[in-house]
Amino acid sequence: MGEAVGKRRAIVDQSVCVACGCCVKVCPIGAIEIIKGVKARVDQTKCVGCGKCVKECPASVIEIQEVKA
Amino acid sequence: MKKHWYDYLWILSVLYLTLGFFNILFAWLGLFCFFIPLIISLGFGTKGYCNRYCGRGQLFGLIGGRFGLSRKQDVPRWMKSRAFRYGFLIFFMSMFLLMLWNTWLVFAGARDLREAVTLLWSFRLPWHWAYHGTILHEGIAQFAFGFYSIMLTSTVLGLLTMILFKPRSWCVYCPMGTMTQMICRAKAGPEGKAAAEKIEGKAVPGGGL
Repeated sequence: MGEAVGKRRAIVDQSVCVACGCCVKVCPIGAIEIIKGVKARVDQTKCVGCGKCVKECPASVIEIQEVKA
Repeated sequence: MKKHWYDYLWILSVLYLTLGFFNILFAWLGLFCFFIPLIISLGFGTKGYCNRYCGRGQLFGLIGGRFGLSRKQDVPRWMKSRAFRYGFLIFFMSMFLLMLWNTWLVFAGARDLREAVTLLWSFRLPWHWAYHGTILHEGIAQFAFGFYSIMLTSTVLGLLTMILFKPRSWCVYCPMGTMTQMICRAKAGPEGKAAAEKIEGKAVPGGGL
């Protein structure tokens, strides 16, 4: 069954993502990729919610959210 | 993290800006920063230039991030809006065309060469020390002065927003970045958009967003 505590995951607001790729560079586990030069996508199965991309993102369009496991 | 050869391209950016102080004709090399991103986006449909090779972005990341010369604050909301990004692209391109027009006037013999660099489209800085004549037409030199003005202006703007906001906040409104993203968006088309959203929907546990 699901854990009591939600897992932390990075969520990208893709409508304002500039696809610069800073998050891809800083992600320690390679969970982010830029899709077709349009926006960043976080692989939610890999992301551990460390928040490095949140700090790095020049447009500040990534945030850490708790998701139900 | 493992460093690649392309992680050192910021050196070329520094070199470029430095060379412009010694011989303005080196400004022509800046055309690489215009054509390579366009070729990558048109040919491969990616922002590979921004993502990997942009020396200027790396330089801002280095000065603002590693050396800490940045407040690391969020950019204002309007700065990442499409209206501002497209607006800045249009403004930047208009100034670029104006520069080409001024170059043309020198080529046509309608105007004399102006040995100056214009900063922020307004402030004319004397730059004669970096011009030692050319065996080619003076128009070649006029383009170099004009192009270097654009490169220096965008660097100064980028440094300003680097200090005020996140290190690479220039990337948010960089005209080349906006343009290549437009090209990629057009190339991906509705089909690519749908595919990306489908994967995204599947990858979010609980479907939250």
